[in-house]
This record gives sequence, C-alpha cells and structure tokens, in this order.
Amino acid sequence: MSEISDYQQQLLHAIQTEKASVTLMEVCGTHTMAIAKSGIRELLPPNIKLLSGPGCPVCVTSQGDIDAVIELVRQKDIILVTFGDMMRVPGTYSSLQEERSQGADIRIAYSPLDALRVARENADKEIVFLGIGFETTAPAIAVTLEQARSEGLGNFSVFSLHKVVPPALELIFSDPDINVDGLICPGHVSVVIGVEPYEILAQKHRKPCVITGFETLDILEGIYMLLKQIKQGDAQAEIQYRRVVKREGNLVARQSIEKVFKPVAARWRGLGVIPDSGLALREEFEHMDARLKFNIPEMEEIPIKGCACGEVLTGKISPPECLLFGRACTPLKPVGPCMVSHEGSCAAYYRYTPAKGRG
Amino acid sequence: MCLGVPAKVIELMANEVARVDVNGNQTEISVRLTPEVKINEYVLVHAGFAMEIIDESIALETMKYLEELLQYE
Repeated sequence: MSEISDYQQQLLHAIQTEKASVTLMEVCGTHTMAIAKSGIRELLPPNIKLLSGPGCPVCVTSQGDIDAVIELVRQKDIILVTFGDMMRVPGTYSSLQEERSQGADIRIAYSPLDALRVARENADKEIVFLGIGFETTAPAIAVTLEQARSEGLGNFSVFSLHKVVPPALELIFSDPDINVDGLICPGHVSVVIGVEPYEILAQKHRKPCVITGFETLDILEGIYMLLKQIKQGDAQAEIQYRRVVKREGNLVARQSIEKVFKPVAARWRGLGVIPDSGLALREEFEHMDARLKFNIPEMEEIPIKGCACGEVLTGKISPPECLLFGRACTPLKPVGPCMVSHEGSCAAYYRYTPAKGRG
Repeated sequence: MCLGVPAKVIELMANEVARVDVNGNQTEISVRLTPEVKINEYVLVHAGFAMEIIDESIALETMKYLEELLQYE
C-alpha cells in the first residue's frame, strides 16, 4: 500500500509543479463526486482549474421532460418504475416524489429487469419504466425491451429520456464561451462506447481526452496524462482506466443500443436542443414507447427563476457563483437539479467543500 | 448515475444470469452483455448488468508512470 500512496504523492507533486494555466473538464457525475470527496480540487495549484460539465443524466434532463413524466403518472392505472435518482427532481409544478405522496404508483428499482417482474405481477396495470441515463445505462434498457418483446408483455413500455455523451462534448468544445484545454472522459460511459468517439473529438478540436477511472489514484493519473499531452502539444484520446475500458468498448452492448434505439434530437438542460443526442425507440419497438402509447405531448420549457444550473452544467460558473447556492438552494430544499441529484455539481460542492470555499 | 461496482462471479446460471459477490454480499445479475465471462472473473456491475469483465492483470499493474515521475523530485 505504501508504494501506491508514494506513487499518488509523486503524481500530485508532478501536477503541482505544473506552471501553465490549464482548464480541465470532467463530464461524469461519479467523477464530480469522487473529485469533491477526495479533495483533489483543493490540492491543485491555482493555475489548474477543474470544471464539471454536463455529466449527470438527472441534471441534464430538461424541465419539460420531467413535466411530461408527471403528466404520465397522473393517468389512470399506470405504475411508473424508475431509478431512485429521479424522485426528487423538480418539474415546473411538481416532482415524482410529490406525485407519489398524492397517490401515484411510483416504484424504485435498481435494475430495469425488475420492472418486467412488476409487469408480470400486475397484468391489469400499465407498467412504464423511466429510461434515463447515458450509454452506460442504455444497453440495460435495450436488453429489457428485447426481453419484454420476446415474452410478449403487452403492458410494458419505456419512457426514454436517454442521452448520448459525444454530441454534448462536441458542443462544449465548439462553444467559444467555454474554454477547456482537455477532457477527463467518463469511465463507465466509455466501457460501452470505447475510445473512438474521443479520437474524433480530440483530432477535430486539437484537445486531449483521457478516459479516467474513479479512484483518487486514477483521477490523479488522468490529470497527469492530460497535462503531459498539453505540455507536448499532443491531442490524443488515451485510456487511463485500462482495467475496464477496451479500445472498442463493449460490442455486445453497443449492438443492443443500435438494435433498439435510434438517435434523435434531445433537449439538454443548459445546453439546449442537440441533434442526435437522444435515444428514441426504433419502429420495431415503437409499441413500447410510452410517449406514443399514452399520447404525452412535448412540454414547454419554463425556466426556474434565478436557477443557474444551465451555466453550472457547462462550466461557465462554479456552483458557489450561483446566487441561490447555499442560500435559497440547499440539498434539503433544492431549487435546481444540480443540487437535487446526489451526483450534481452543486450537491457535491455543498457537501464536501468547506464553508469558506463556498464563496 | 453511471456508478459501477466490481463483483466476483461465483456461479453461472440459466438465462444468462450469474450469482456474484459484491464485498461479501451475494446477488444475481444479468451477464447478457458479457457472454464470455467465466467463474472467478471480476465484472463491473451497473443497474443489475455486468457491463465489462475487469482485466485483473492490468488492475494489478499500477504505477505506470513511476519512472518519469522521478524527474520531478
């Protein structure tokens, strides 16, 4: 163990001796949490900035999409099955948690396959799984849909809010107001998509990208690899998290996504509508598309007054720079999704940054 | 949300289901996305699915940059 902690110290020392001004961004809620928890940000010299980008699927879900799901659970005989993360996210007038307290049947599951069990046990009800998440989660939903189809479960459908990461990264790199020198790429999204999408981005925008793991050592090594590339004028896509991420990703998982979903334009909180960044069900699975099955219209986007989640999600401001942060918006009484989600940047800052550093 | 936990495969069962050990707790997961997995291998689990087999040899090989880091001393 001491060898590893020595190595960690040496990585940190190398990073701390870096003189150039560098801004790095991570785009994964698990990185946001790991960086906040480990205190890495506080250990970096002032010339190295670490930003959090749009890496939390809960946070980037648009207000209108949450309102649409709430519209759905108000219909008769619906059981909504969801990952727990979505319960407290506020829509314009309500949240799933509030709807549940009003009598809606909303159940929390760890695996989407659990929703199939609910469907088998409740033949007289309509079971809708709220599909949310990036490429890491989409294959699990795809397999679940295939399974439902092969079992002929007529009372099961999915409300897909799935999004894919590369189009959002393209937008971040193209935005002249966002100055990022290198990207700490999401480890578990990359387990599925592999290194190729980042190679395209790195080449096009001349910015290094490193797929990084989640231990403190991984993150320090990832930062070191990015700084080294920047210093040498390189712009490669590399894998630090090699024990899990293969160059080609997980082909079975990629094929599952491809088979069930098709890319569509999707609205991201803070980033607007991004072409080909959402996943909708293909025609062969359309009868299990809850939006179509229950005729849920697109909802209007009504911004939350004073909430700067959009700017936080694009790294334009850090959480303490939002006027509501820590005052009107706290984890106990959150206003925006970045404070609601356990992995949101604001929640991570609030929880782990000493009060004096919160601004 | 994209949280993944390592788990050791202890039994391969019917319908592409495996019994795994996560820090001493046993649970069942789907191995449909990692069809080549074998008993005693470690997998990364997300939302009830094994997403990838963890390469133990690489996991044990740390300190890749040790030599070049020494120049910062």
